[in-house]
Amino acid sequence: MSQKQNIQLPEGSLGKQTTTLNLGPTHPATHGVFQNILEMDGERIIDAVPTIGFIHRAFEKIAEHRPYYQITPLTDRLNYCSSPINNMGWHMTVEKLIHAELPKRVEYLRVIIMELSRIADHLVCNSVIGVDTGAFTGFIYVFELRELIYEIFEEVCGSRLTTNIGRIGGFERNFSELAFQKIDHFLSVFPKAMKEFETLFNRNRIFMERTMGVGGIAAERALNYGFTGPNLRATGIDYDIRTAHPYSGYQDFDFSVPVGTTGDVYDRYLVRNAEIWESISIITQAVKKIKDLDPSVFHADIPDFYLPEKADVYSKMEALIYHFKIVMGETAIPAGEVYHSVEGGNGELGFYLISDGGRSPYRLHFRRPCFIYYQAYPEIIKGSMLSDAVVTMSSLNLIAGEIDA
Amino acid sequence: MLTNEIIQQQLTEKFGALVYNFEEPYGMLTFVTDRDNNLKVMNFLKESEGLGFNFLNDLTAVHYPDQIGKELAVVYMLQNIQAGLRIRFKVFTDITNPDVFTATGIFETANWLEREAYDFFGVNFVGHPNLIRIMNVEEMDYHPLRKEYPLEDQTRIDKDDDMFGR
Repeated sequence: MSQKQNIQLPEGSLGKQTTTLNLGPTHPATHGVFQNILEMDGERIIDAVPTIGFIHRAFEKIAEHRPYYQITPLTDRLNYCSSPINNMGWHMTVEKLIHAELPKRVEYLRVIIMELSRIADHLVCNSVIGVDTGAFTGFIYVFELRELIYEIFEEVCGSRLTTNIGRIGGFERNFSELAFQKIDHFLSVFPKAMKEFETLFNRNRIFMERTMGVGGIAAERALNYGFTGPNLRATGIDYDIRTAHPYSGYQDFDFSVPVGTTGDVYDRYLVRNAEIWESISIITQAVKKIKDLDPSVFHADIPDFYLPEKADVYSKMEALIYHFKIVMGETAIPAGEVYHSVEGGNGELGFYLISDGGRSPYRLHFRRPCFIYYQAYPEIIKGSMLSDAVVTMSSLNLIAGEIDA
Repeated sequence: MLTNEIIQQQLTEKFGALVYNFEEPYGMLTFVTDRDNNLKVMNFLKESEGLGFNFLNDLTAVHYPDQIGKELAVVYMLQNIQAGLRIRFKVFTDITNPDVFTATGIFETANWLEREAYDFFGVNFVGHPNLIRIMNVEEMDYHPLRKEYPLEDQTRIDKDDDMFGR
């Protein structure tokens, strides 16, 4: 045949016994921009090659050109299911760099917000496991509750998803009475609904059959792969930044670190659910603790770094000077290198910051938990069915924005 | 109880003058070693009795264009999970010959983190099983996080981009 062939098949693909299958990047079952080139033998996966970087936005480069307080919106867009944790992790990193001491009330307010966003993050992840095993109901149920959490964020900072909540040194404004009412309302209705959610899944025959023994990883391998967060704890290692390297006053709270045993999808699900209960307990404790503290305190007394109230800028000389100095990057920032990490929704979110004393970081590296543990994905799905690969992916709580930074 | 002093003492006992510049910025023990030595130090920290740094927390690179001969730094951060202790060590390398041995044989974590460092800084990790770009397109012919590359000029007008408007 002299006719020109217009389809170029790769070498050896005609005699091949296996099928190459593209899962993603825009597949509805992947919940984000993930591509996996799977090598299939019938229904079994024999190899997987994940490709990432589809929504890479060069945050580390942009951060080198921005003053410290303008980097917070970048952190919003890492793990956008729990933005407040990222925001506060960044604030705490800078506060560590400048040796700022925060009042207890600010720390506890932060704990409330961080635990609320952890609940929101875990709710989304766990209900999506349900969706991928064929149970849409749970997903719809918990979104009503996530809405309550977002309303609290809205009351505190004005936005819902990419929150940009707080400032270096505290919050931009005090919590209103309505915010506390909303928190109380959430605490009163959530436990009942959460029980309902658990009843729906925990002992559900179909759910258990689909998740038990699927996507498991041994503790040793998980450590070697750099797993953190609920995924590591599901393997039985009780590593939680909140207890291992306490920050923001977590040492004042009484809570336990739930662990699993097998590290499979079902254990990850159970660990997250148990963590939600711990979070509720932490929030309840924090709300109680705050009642004894001076209700007018909502930021640290660091005028060199904390932007003054806008009304004061127009009427007070001092506030105007500080405002100018902060915005123009004239405040003295110590040179040094600092690493700070917080327990994000899906693992250890770290900020490695090198400052040369300039107005922007010399180098900023985000330790993104799911970027690091996503590389274990080929290993844990090898030999399983295609449908298990989808469930495993959602149980790892992978967030494309965080992977690609 | 494992402390920074004990770790420093054990390291100097084992490696002598090959580990140097010990400091403790914000409480984290930090030191420098030669680039040929990075795996030996990492293995020692991981396997040695009583140290047990069995978790690679982070790996990244930094570009210092003013330090002639050692422009690129590769920063490793390890953690002993039981003791809750982190340490950091760096190796410096020449930008014209940025060869550093890969840590993938010790920690699987290093695989993508090294690919990221290669992608953005051009550190050549010798022995890496799959050293290709991870975030940027394959065709890119530079390493964007190096200091000589500025951000795009926000006021440029020569770009005709109907899709994203400028």
